[in-house]
Amino acid sequence: MASVTVAEAHGHADHAHETNTGISNNKLAMWLFLGSECLLFGGLITTYLVYKTPLPGQKGPKEVFDIGFTSVSSFVLLMSSLTMVLGHSAIERGDHYRTRLWLTATASLGAVFLSGQIYEFTAFVKEGMGYTSSRFSSAFYTLTGFHGVHVTVGIIMLVSLILLSIRGKLPTERAETVEIVGLYWHFVDIVWVLIFAVVYLIPVGAPV
Amino acid sequence: MADDTAMLALPAAERPRDLALGVFTRPRSKTGWRSWVNTVDHKKIGIMYGVSALVFLLIGGFEALLIRAQLWSPRNSLLSADQYNQVYTMHGTTMVFLVVMPIGAAFANYLMPLQIGARDVAFPRLNAFSFWCFLGGGIFLNSSWLLGGGADGGWFMYAPNSGVIYSPSHGIDFWNLGLIIAGIASLVGSVNLITTVINMRAPGMSLMKMPIFTWMTLVTQFLLLFAVPVITVAQFLLMFDRLFNANFFNVAQGANPLLWQHLFWIFGHPEVYLMILPAFGIVSDILPVFSRKPIFGYTFIVFSGVAIGFMGWGVWAHHMFVSGIGPVSVMVFSLTTMFIAVPTGVKILNWTATMVGGKLKFDTPMLFSIGLITMFTIGGLSGVSHSIAPADTQQTDTYYIVAHFHYVLFGGAFFGFVGGLYFWFPKAFGVLLNETLGKFNFWFMLIGFNLTFGPMHILGMQGMSRRIYTYDEGFGFTFWNRLATVGAFTLGSSILFLIFNIIYSVRRAKKLGLECPNDPWDARTLEWIAPNPTPEWNFDPIPTVTRVDDFWYRKYEETADHRLVRVATADEVVQHSNGAGVHLPSPSYWPLITAFGIPILCYGLIFTLWLALVGGLLIVAGLYGWALEPPDDPDAGHDHHDDHHGDAGGEHAGEPTEAEAGSEAKEMETVG
Repeated sequence: MASVTVAEAHGHADHAHETNTGISNNKLAMWLFLGSECLLFGGLITTYLVYKTPLPGQKGPKEVFDIGFTSVSSFVLLMSSLTMVLGHSAIERGDHYRTRLWLTATASLGAVFLSGQIYEFTAFVKEGMGYTSSRFSSAFYTLTGFHGVHVTVGIIMLVSLILLSIRGKLPTERAETVEIVGLYWHFVDIVWVLIFAVVYLIPVGAPV
Repeated sequence: MADDTAMLALPAAERPRDLALGVFTRPRSKTGWRSWVNTVDHKKIGIMYGVSALVFLLIGGFEALLIRAQLWSPRNSLLSADQYNQVYTMHGTTMVFLVVMPIGAAFANYLMPLQIGARDVAFPRLNAFSFWCFLGGGIFLNSSWLLGGGADGGWFMYAPNSGVIYSPSHGIDFWNLGLIIAGIASLVGSVNLITTVINMRAPGMSLMKMPIFTWMTLVTQFLLLFAVPVITVAQFLLMFDRLFNANFFNVAQGANPLLWQHLFWIFGHPEVYLMILPAFGIVSDILPVFSRKPIFGYTFIVFSGVAIGFMGWGVWAHHMFVSGIGPVSVMVFSLTTMFIAVPTGVKILNWTATMVGGKLKFDTPMLFSIGLITMFTIGGLSGVSHSIAPADTQQTDTYYIVAHFHYVLFGGAFFGFVGGLYFWFPKAFGVLLNETLGKFNFWFMLIGFNLTFGPMHILGMQGMSRRIYTYDEGFGFTFWNRLATVGAFTLGSSILFLIFNIIYSVRRAKKLGLECPNDPWDARTLEWIAPNPTPEWNFDPIPTVTRVDDFWYRKYEETADHRLVRVATADEVVQHSNGAGVHLPSPSYWPLITAFGIPILCYGLIFTLWLALVGGLLIVAGLYGWALEPPDDPDAGHDHHDDHHGDAGGEHAGEPTEAEAGSEAKEMETVG
């Protein structure tokens, strides 16, 4: 036994990048972070559900929402997940031109969604539903606003990737970086599916 | 990672070799204050967590003494009602968020990588960022004293009392934003430490061979990972209410104040477990050493800790039995609260069974560990009495509750921490703390503690309310309050005693040139394979682990008739290499700069949005500087091509920068 305990590992270079799980530290960290984000959006969605009905006489979901418009912008955001996957697949194949193309497409689709959100917010404010108008409006703007900020951060990350790629600093070996940004992007999309269903699709009953 | 790094390491001509973003010289200093400011070494960061927590402990302790002085006699006028509100709020907040949590983080940072045989954490720069965020948040929170007064709504900050109408000063804004900053620290830290435990264990160190402190750290960090975002949401809502007139807690607009209570306690109850579990881990590692026996039921200790981690999420509403949540909820949360006493009881049983039949040595760390077991048991029993809703209805908001949570958090967590400090001080600083003073310190603290909080049980039963700044002559509270005040000052002096012991022992060791033995306690866990004090590179080479208490079984072997025979001296087992060629992550200024921007942004939110813009720009600049700075300093003097390059601990040094920038950017966004 003594001989076993004396044995020491010298960490040979060829085993160097193996982690205990085989998942890289960066990817694991992103998964953990997204786990935490679930609770963040969980708290915000709960808050919205508590406050989704406005008081009598205040503007509520029925009065302001344009479901057709939001459906289109939601579709745009969901399609960006597809382009994200294509971008990741391109860099794994070593096709840097298409990587940049698909990442640009993803960022643009995200930007279209964001513009839709900004347009929607402006329209609501014009209709008289400001941030401080009611408990519903505060909860609505906060929930969708938090999501919008997440999309914005995602776009910044995508643009940074595109710039890195243009300058030749995103070699095929770093495909995982694209994958990790992709994880974040897909998460933000999935959260939107949830928000869209909860906020726009579930009808609101009478004020309580 | 070798080829990966080669890809990342660009030809030197392509970029300025010394300047990141052309602003800063790449830090190189290994000594002096600069080596602390730019450090990414988990040991230095752990020590900084500990020292900052100690400073905050003195602040929070001073606030506690103010409270006790005010309650010395009936109708005392040392503090006004308003000042009293601020003092107890800041006392609770400071002790929870700036003392107990960071001391847990200090031990986790210092010890966990050593206990799993790693050279550093998974993301050394993020680790530095966590620390600076915590320190920034703490200073920001306490700066409220100078800028219009502290928060005054209690550490739980119930709505709607926390609204602008009832609390027009900026105290609660400071509380809110300061804790959001500290929350970023906790969140980033939890991602980092969980990744480290899961991914960076030494060869052979399977999960079920990890020292128990590391296990409890893992559970704690998972609790943080999921609890912090919930309070962050609550605090954002409160911030939007207070700063931008939102309606989350505005009752006139139909808001429901219970929303705050639910969000707060969904965070708040896991919070109490994440404060106590590191201390549980510490005593679980200390007791076997001083009982000279393996821990009784390693698996039970581990899984009861994991069970506490899970069940901790299902008990939050026992803080709300009197808030009108309805009989079904009350019953359910009563039951879950009773159940959670089971895994805690399992731990107490295991600790006791570890001591039974052992050759007990009553050194200071052992005394504090036994202190934790006994004091926590008292606090645990009064805790179970809260789970009985009808009884709790009587106890709510009385000093009985105050007595309970001080028995578990001071008598539990803090006793464990002080024991851990005595135990691991030689590991960190190469100096043994004085035993005689240590024992004196323990008894002083134990007596002071019981004198302070024991009488509060009686005061609570008599009906004395928490959070009320005074009481009347004829209530019969005077005697017990006086006793508690005497106890509090005894307790306070025991802390000074601890500080005195540290200064005295370190000075004495320096003056007499005392060499600390490498294994002063005949310890068991892996961290002791590294010499004392721990060298910068932790391990060289990385040890291979074969069983629980690996260090111990390198020194002792079991014979056929189950007797232990010493096979090696500690000095033969402890590593003596000079760490030549070990590749360590390079220091960096960017974590500090990024973290520095956050409090500025928050001051801006409170006072003027222009300042927020400055802070925001600083954060963005910091993040991009961080992302574009190569994680490895090409000129740091390490030989990149030696065969140590890819050692398990060194590999993370070559992490891709962009993903880090990405996760950073998301941190930033939670600040607004």
